[in-house]
Amino acid sequence: MSRHDNNRYRDRSPVTLWAPDAGHPDAIGLRSIGFWLYMMSDAMIFAALFAAHGVYTHAYGTSDITASQVIDPVEGLLPTLFLFTSVLMYGLASVALKNDDRAGVVRWMGASLGLGVLFLLVEVWEFAGLVGEGAVPQASAFLSDFWTIVWVHGGHVFVGLIWMAAMLIQISREGFTETVVGRFINLRIFWFFQAVIWVCVYTYVYLMGAS
Amino acid sequence: MFVDLQGPWNWFWGRLPLLLQLHYNNPVIGFAFVLAVGGGLVVVAALTYFKLWGWLWREWLTTVDHKKIGVMYIIVGLVMLFRGFFDALMIRTQQAAAVGPDSPGILGATHGYLTPYHMDQVFTAHGTIMILLAVTPMLVGFMNLIMPIQIGARDMAYPFLNAVGLWMTIVAVGLVMASLFIGDFSHAGWVGLTPLTQLAHSPSVGVDYWIWVIQISSIGTTVGAVNLIATILKMRAPGMTLMRMPIFTWTTLGTNIIGLTSFPVLTIALLLLTLDRYVGTHFFTADGGGNFMMYTNLFWIWGHPEVYFVVLPAFGFLSEIVPTFSEKPLFNHNAMIVATMAIAGVSWAVWLHHFFIMGQGPVVNTFFSIATMLVGIPTGVKVFNWAFTMIKGRVRLETPMLWALGSILLLIGGGATGMMLAIPAINYVSHNSVFVVAHFHNMFLIIAFALFGAVSFWWPKVFGFHLDEKLGKIFFWLFWSGSVFVFVPMYALGFLGMTRRLDYIAHPGWWPLLLLEVFGIGLYVASIFAFLLQIVVSIRDRKKNAVVTSDAWQTSRNLEWATHCPPPFYNFAATPVVHSIDEWAWRREHGLTSLKPDHYADIHMPKNTMVPIVLAFFTGVFGFAAVWRVWWLAGFALLGVIGTLIFRMFQKDIDYIVPASEVERIETAYLEKMDDRAHASIHQTGEHGSPATQH
Repeated sequence: MSRHDNNRYRDRSPVTLWAPDAGHPDAIGLRSIGFWLYMMSDAMIFAALFAAHGVYTHAYGTSDITASQVIDPVEGLLPTLFLFTSVLMYGLASVALKNDDRAGVVRWMGASLGLGVLFLLVEVWEFAGLVGEGAVPQASAFLSDFWTIVWVHGGHVFVGLIWMAAMLIQISREGFTETVVGRFINLRIFWFFQAVIWVCVYTYVYLMGAS
Repeated sequence: MFVDLQGPWNWFWGRLPLLLQLHYNNPVIGFAFVLAVGGGLVVVAALTYFKLWGWLWREWLTTVDHKKIGVMYIIVGLVMLFRGFFDALMIRTQQAAAVGPDSPGILGATHGYLTPYHMDQVFTAHGTIMILLAVTPMLVGFMNLIMPIQIGARDMAYPFLNAVGLWMTIVAVGLVMASLFIGDFSHAGWVGLTPLTQLAHSPSVGVDYWIWVIQISSIGTTVGAVNLIATILKMRAPGMTLMRMPIFTWTTLGTNIIGLTSFPVLTIALLLLTLDRYVGTHFFTADGGGNFMMYTNLFWIWGHPEVYFVVLPAFGFLSEIVPTFSEKPLFNHNAMIVATMAIAGVSWAVWLHHFFIMGQGPVVNTFFSIATMLVGIPTGVKVFNWAFTMIKGRVRLETPMLWALGSILLLIGGGATGMMLAIPAINYVSHNSVFVVAHFHNMFLIIAFALFGAVSFWWPKVFGFHLDEKLGKIFFWLFWSGSVFVFVPMYALGFLGMTRRLDYIAHPGWWPLLLLEVFGIGLYVASIFAFLLQIVVSIRDRKKNAVVTSDAWQTSRNLEWATHCPPPFYNFAATPVVHSIDEWAWRREHGLTSLKPDHYADIHMPKNTMVPIVLAFFTGVFGFAAVWRVWWLAGFALLGVIGTLIFRMFQKDIDYIVPASEVERIETAYLEKMDDRAHASIHQTGEHGSPATQH
């Protein structure tokens, strides 16, 4: 390639040196690629946690609480359904966005937000039960890991919910401007990604942990 | 709450009452306090006296201009380099003063002048600061400053995020400086040895400072990495294909892919440690099923990629400097790209060589040993490419080239000892010896040399005048001799069996070599004065050393030399169209060096904003409150962060248009000024380099 380039002087046609009217890259695409890159670093956050989970799966120390006592895949199914339906609602909000239907976006996003809140409430209820059984994070390395992996995900969901609430206000006030749509798409990437992470949490921690 | 704290705690003041128990009678800390606060007061007084606060706020503190952010990163890095150097000075003198049972002790120390607890904090601070708060900000600064211009962009992809990254780094710097006077700093080594970092063994706030400093500076690095990668992928000028990108831009890409993927692992390692210390979990404890080698693994899964995170941009600097001062294109551009990305890739598969002695067995050790040696192949390719660039070139030994040559020579030494340490059997003898310390300082000196080379290379681009050559060379030779006198004896001491992090040397036979090291660090001290003098003299003579054309060295090769020195805030009056690798050299060879486009167009630019500073304020308060466990304050600070982000979300007036007429006015004024300077300089003999050469 370089050989070609260095021989360019043989070409005697006039060259364009400056492009004063060269445009910006499109704003929404530019924002999304950065957000995808951020999601990559977030993926590494969870990758590190899952690697740690591999080490702490049976690290009970002197505690007599084992994984099968605290992890119930059936109980974990309820929040799973809430989160996935929430993602579905967000998908329907995207469809409404394509139809330029502001009321539809607000409606479906509201539903998504509500289901996200339900997901967190069920989680809180489930872990409050664990405290009652004495299965607190201080009891053993396994429980430290279990609490941390679920609640790092829960923290992400919480941030997503704050973001969604702010988006609801912004969409109903400002409509679909370029920045708002870019932000809507980034939140969609974020929200779907948290659901994907929950698939991993449910598979590795709940399904495999209980066996 | 969850954990048993030694010492007082109440809900309002947190652990701050601990301060009443600490004794502030150590003259060493007193001296540092006078130096830091005195220096700060001088700056504040000067700003007030010259009425510069408004200027500082408008032009620098609220800016989103990638060049100014880059300069601020580099200034912060240089200040912390000085702070880290001060720690080094103390380590070297303490070790030389505390040899043998008869060595005297002052200031409460049995031997030398630093008590063991104090000495441990000094070397921990030295490592943490040098790697994360000196070298990293300087490198990120150069990536910010140069890379967007090299690809013909007007700014970074996300100018606002760029300012946030800078301010997170500044918060981390603020916290580490606060730890010097308010409380203490970690004493567990920059790697945070577990279980020493556990609350039971480090009951003070030192480790907490260390944790939050790193976590906050990591936020800065991560958003910076997102920004730099997106800029390279999306903001290139027309014709700037990936394979035409300058090598420094490629190393920026490689570095930030490493940064983006490895820093989260550090975040998790420290998060789990934080939970151990604050909540009482059992990740890295000796009891409860904890596993402290898990910490060491997670730390080095970040830690080794981090090594290449800092060395790749340095290789980028060398790849810019060597061709410019050999007056030849870089030998095999494509091989250099492949080598860069190969180093970035293999960086992920070598972390375990930091603890070959963990006991993981021969198969695992062999894998990591071979992976480590593999790094030598692309690195060797780079060294040969630089050498082949110089062969048959017209090598000019100006200051940047001296630094580059020094850097390459150091790379050969550091690489050879690295190969030795890649052999597990050698590690059973040399693990935790100062041989390892000498090796990785040797590697970091490559970066330091390349950084000082970059400072002198791009200084005329950024400020419009050259640095003083003579003092620059004195600075180089002092720094080079200092490096030789400190680290050659250190290699020898490593072979003799001296272990690292000692506050007392039991073996009097090592004294002569330790004294040689003190002589070396004295040369370093002298080199700092030469550097400061160089800057002062260069600013004094800025008229005499002014740059006449956009191409300050006359033989530069990339697009950053196709705009003014210093570049206007919009970088290029018109976006350049790229035709070749080394676009500027191509234009020069074809006599196309005019900077005047046929017409000007409106330019769209981001507006200054104070949001990053506000975010930094709340983050700083959060960090401080978390260190001292003042939970209500941490909560309010976190609310402040969220509130500021939502405020930014609703901000609309964030950009503006520079009309074409205004661009034309700025450009015409600049070109006229350059013409005047060119006429004036005809009467002088060319002080800087030979005139533009053809080849």
